[in-house]
Amino acid sequence: MLLIHCPYCEEDRSELEFRWAGEAHIARPENIAAITDEEFAEYFFLRNNEKGLTYERWRHIHGCGRFFNAARDTVSDRFLMTYKAGLPKQPIPTAEETAAIAEEKTVETWEATEGDAR
Amino acid sequence: MSASPKDLGAFRIKDAGRHTPAKTARFTFDGKTYTAMEGDTVASALLAHGVHLVGRSFKYHRPRGILSAGPEEPNALLDVSRDAGRRQPNVRATVQEVFDGVRIASQNRWPSLKHDVGAFNDLLSPFFAAGFYYKTFMWPKEAWHKLYEPFIRRAAGLGEAPKEEDPDHYTSRYAHGDVLIAGAGVAGLTAALSAAATGVSVFLVDEQPEVGGALHFDAGTTIDGQNGYEWAQAAAARLKAMPNVTVLTRTTVFGYYNHGFLGLVERVTDHLARPGRDLPRERLWQVRAKRVVLATGSIERHMVFANNDRPGIMLASAARTFLNHHGVAVGRQVGVYTAHDSAYEAAFDLKRAGVSIAAIVDCRSHPGDAVLAEARALGIDVLTGHSVTNTSGRLRVSSMTVARNGASNARKIAVDALIVSAGWTPSVHLFSQSRGKLRFDEANQRFLPDIYAQDCISVGACNGTDDLSDLIDEAIAAGSGALALTGENRFEWTGGMIGAAEGAGPDKVVKAFVDFQHDVTAKDIRLAVREGMHSIEHIKRFTTNGMASDQGKLSNMHGLAIAAEMLGRPIPKVGLTTFRAPYTPVTYGTLVGHSRGDLFDPARKTPMHTLEAAEGAEFEDVGNWKRAWYFPKRGEDMHAAVNRECRTVRDVAGVFDASTLGKIEVVGPDAAQFLNLLYTNAWDTLKPGKCRYGIMTREDGFVYDDGVVGRLAEDRFHVTTTTGGAPRVLHHMEDYLQTEFPHLKVWLTSTTEQWAVIAVQGPKAREIIQPFVEGLDISNEAFPHMSVAECTVMGVPSRLFRMSFTGELGFEVNVPADYGPAVWKAIWERAESMGACLYGTETMHVLRAEKGYIIVGQDTDGTVTPDDAALGWAVSKKKTDYVGIRGLKRPDLVRDGRKQLVGLLTKSPDVVLEEGGQIVADPNQPKPMTMLGHVTSAYWSENCGRSIALALVAGGRSLVGKTLYVPLKDQTIEVEVTDMVFFDKEGGRIHG
Repeated sequence: MLLIHCPYCEEDRSELEFRWAGEAHIARPENIAAITDEEFAEYFFLRNNEKGLTYERWRHIHGCGRFFNAARDTVSDRFLMTYKAGLPKQPIPTAEETAAIAEEKTVETWEATEGDAR
Repeated sequence: MSASPKDLGAFRIKDAGRHTPAKTARFTFDGKTYTAMEGDTVASALLAHGVHLVGRSFKYHRPRGILSAGPEEPNALLDVSRDAGRRQPNVRATVQEVFDGVRIASQNRWPSLKHDVGAFNDLLSPFFAAGFYYKTFMWPKEAWHKLYEPFIRRAAGLGEAPKEEDPDHYTSRYAHGDVLIAGAGVAGLTAALSAAATGVSVFLVDEQPEVGGALHFDAGTTIDGQNGYEWAQAAAARLKAMPNVTVLTRTTVFGYYNHGFLGLVERVTDHLARPGRDLPRERLWQVRAKRVVLATGSIERHMVFANNDRPGIMLASAARTFLNHHGVAVGRQVGVYTAHDSAYEAAFDLKRAGVSIAAIVDCRSHPGDAVLAEARALGIDVLTGHSVTNTSGRLRVSSMTVARNGASNARKIAVDALIVSAGWTPSVHLFSQSRGKLRFDEANQRFLPDIYAQDCISVGACNGTDDLSDLIDEAIAAGSGALALTGENRFEWTGGMIGAAEGAGPDKVVKAFVDFQHDVTAKDIRLAVREGMHSIEHIKRFTTNGMASDQGKLSNMHGLAIAAEMLGRPIPKVGLTTFRAPYTPVTYGTLVGHSRGDLFDPARKTPMHTLEAAEGAEFEDVGNWKRAWYFPKRGEDMHAAVNRECRTVRDVAGVFDASTLGKIEVVGPDAAQFLNLLYTNAWDTLKPGKCRYGIMTREDGFVYDDGVVGRLAEDRFHVTTTTGGAPRVLHHMEDYLQTEFPHLKVWLTSTTEQWAVIAVQGPKAREIIQPFVEGLDISNEAFPHMSVAECTVMGVPSRLFRMSFTGELGFEVNVPADYGPAVWKAIWERAESMGACLYGTETMHVLRAEKGYIIVGQDTDGTVTPDDAALGWAVSKKKTDYVGIRGLKRPDLVRDGRKQLVGLLTKSPDVVLEEGGQIVADPNQPKPMTMLGHVTSAYWSENCGRSIALALVAGGRSLVGKTLYVPLKDQTIEVEVTDMVFFDKEGGRIHG
């Protein structure tokens, strides 16, 4: 069973607490109503399904509930890094860089910020 | 209990072994009673009484004995029972400890072990070569079902599965540790002592009842100046006394998974005569270890030669274990056949215990000098450069045939046991499971750990470290580096071979066994290569070598070497099959643990469940929910009850438990905007105090869920979902909120279980709830259809909806779940006095179908658009964005001729269609017919006095008034296409 680092809880937690949520960094087009059939197919139906380094989304569904991004090697099944939703695709970092990324500011939902204060 | 030495068996050696003479246990084998010593395995106890024949082989039904003294045993698989309910087949006799009263039975024989009809297969063996299944049962085709399959099914499998439910309980626990050490032999114990000294938390795990590993048999080892086995026990006692160390014996590390996650099974009671009732039989440990030390040792291999499977032929190390640990001699006149020095030490131990050694037959020309000298000193005949080419003896080996390598003249030597060794296979199973990569050690013909995939280290024999001093140093380094320990062996061992020995062929002899449990011979493997299997994975599957429950612990290396020789390729090029968990068989009980019966899958019950049961409700499963299905009165069947409920709701009123509907509270200044994006409808136009039916589509435009949403305030919505859809709808909403629309100020909370929902539907609904509602005018004028308000009901803060899934005047009373039963009771008491009824999900389904209201997932299937479902009116034309807006414009979703939801009326009103029935235009067309669609809902409608149905039909709305057909197996039903509303087409009742 894998250990997955939740970038929000900042803890390694058991795979059981997470749910896979598909390929990462596929943004919903801003002008979605206006895109062509081909663009829609590219956005919604087509996935790279690459062997090796893959960027994908996971959700800490039985924990904090947050969606986040992960870089995983599908051959070794190794998580190379995880990072918060909203950050751009990250290069695979060295150990020192991993620590720095955790500090970076990211897009927060209202639930996570003002929601707490209410 | 005490017994005279004679009762303990004629093959017990006085003063040998480590068991306490005063402690005995009685057991039966195939009905006959024997006495054992406490600490015996079933194997050692039977051998003490001279019993070697314990089973019949899987395919050929050949007599088989005990081959090993450990978990690698492929042969001696027995049926072990404590009582009728506690019976387990295929238990290894070499692992099962004897306890007082245990009943043991042999398997795969009829009518008896000594006279087995199945042994006829042995004569037919030319027909049962590898792959015979694939070739033999090809024709005639008809014979498969009638003859071949029943025959194969009867013959297949070993042992008989228990028929009764398992009365034992099993438990599981999780643990975390700094270091987990698998195996408590010299290497494991040393690593544990070294690691524990630094204070880190240590798990030391061993599958045997006591620690010691190879020290069980290897009496020539001295550690710290002490007898090796005694040192081991003292070391374990020291470790057990340390607060940071957990020593688990009778516990197998069966799986090594990702990130230092290991599966362990601890056998808690299988060795106890009278286990406490509260003890679990087995305990599953799931351990997450920061570091793993593998000290799993090695397993001796057998020699591959003709008729090497007779009872009495066993591994040399096993004979040593039986002698040195259990005090049992495996025979009186023992032959030795070996390619490795270690077997000599077995001969020396036996000889010193008074057993006659017929000869040591060594296929090598140059064994180790030290063992050769010792053999001479003990007066043991050693035949170097010789091989055993055959054996005889029907139920027990009686002779070995010996010939000089390459020579044709042979001689027979009488033996009553033959001990063999082809050398040692490092146990790299767990290393491989951890995804480590192996390398082939050419000099010693073995695979060893090479590249590690996890924080793990192999020490000792499993790492190919044979020298004791090196082994100790390696183990100390794997721990903390801090420990002073010395050890010495009497003899250095050399030698070893893999593959078929001289006496195995080539091919002239059929039965030189490689895999005992699956009856795979050297010839079978050669045949597989000749038939074109060139990958070791194909050879394995074609011959089934290594596929039995022992997973080829003895056979894999031999099979590989024979295949490599046939293929003319070096062994590393042929490769090894993958090692997979579990290392040894694990019971289902252990894996299942407490997840049995009621705990297998939790049942969700509504707050009113008990009250409904008291009213006689029958329940149906909807996901994990138990929902009241219908409420039969005395003498009513389901049909009668549902008809009465349907009538009563429309004539008077009915009370229905709608608590299972999914509920999500959507709150925040941007709540309306968020719902605008998630649903096809517009929500900013909905006024507080009103509710609206909403459709949710995915980006592809297909209906995902539906439900009524009430707006309680500008910034607060009460969203309902389908019963089964609640979790995925919340997941879907969270996904968009967190990742696509994070700028929206909204939060989402699942409130499904916070509210008990009591629906009151029917002409008298208002009259029924009126007296209970406080602080709200619920008249038709003040509180019309699709209203929502917060009020109190019987003093309980409530949310009251005016809504309807029946087409009648209806209310849904939401009260906090804990108040549900009290409010339900009061409402039902009044409703009953006014002639209303309780109704369940079946009546709900019929009533909604009478009104043409769809159920997502029944009338839709993931390929249905809102328009297909006649819900186009719920899709906003004005909004510039919502999930699904683009998908709905895809060419295929707007083309003519899509399947549309319509009503169907059978020409004979009494005939009720089958849900799923296919619909055609012309019932006389040739098959396969062109199918236009299928029936999605079909019921008898008591209120309409006839059957009704909904169906998805290609171009359905343009076919209204037309006749179509539903061909079934024995009849064709004629139907007329109609609109979807069957009752109260004007829709006046809902506003009553």
